[in-house]
Amino acid sequence: MTLSAPSLELEQLTAAKVIDARGSACPGPLLEAKKGMGTVAIGEIIEIWSSDPATRTDIGAWAGKVGHEFLGCVETGGYDRVFVRRGK
Amino acid sequence: MSDTFSLVLCSGTDDKLESAAIMAAGAAALGNRVNVLLQFWALDAFRVGAIDTDHGLLAEAGPAGAAAVREHTPLGRLPWAETLRQAKELGEVEIQACTNSLDLLGLDATQLDPLVDGACGIATFLINAEGGPIVFV
Repeated sequence: MTLSAPSLELEQLTAAKVIDARGSACPGPLLEAKKGMGTVAIGEIIEIWSSDPATRTDIGAWAGKVGHEFLGCVETGGYDRVFVRRGK
Repeated sequence: MSDTFSLVLCSGTDDKLESAAIMAAGAAALGNRVNVLLQFWALDAFRVGAIDTDHGLLAEAGPAGAAAVREHTPLGRLPWAETLRQAKELGEVEIQACTNSLDLLGLDATQLDPLVDGACGIATFLINAEGGPIVFV
């Protein structure tokens, strides 16, 4: 998996909303991300925590299709932190 | 290509219904319109009072498959009906009962869970599919 930004840069981002979707099976984290995106302003970032390994690629694909910017993913002991900037 | 994704649900076991719910929710999250028709045993599974009960698995699961699924299903995992509820909150998902199946099962639309938006015939469903893909589960 190629991260779109170095982990350190991602970790310095301030997310407007952090969504803990750990323990949720596909497509739960994606649904949580879509729900959460509606609560932040355009240009703001959401961070989704997921223990489902499919989430990072699914959220990347979703963001690309619906017009958000997938910033990347940081692996953190047992789960992924996925960063997306609201595009529209 | 049409951005409408259509599903015909015929089977009423939890594995088939979960498979369909995952596809419906994924398509809704991607911004597709989702158009669902319930027939036969899938329709029966949406009855008020039945929707949140155990509908078993396909025969091919066998006792070993059923035991494996039970063992690996984490507590708190969303049941398929809840996945569909979330999909309806987040996107454009319409679920219709097949009028033919309602008749065959001796049901009317008032006996169905509120997840079901109404009842329609096959022509209405096909027109609502807008030429997009139709998946049969």
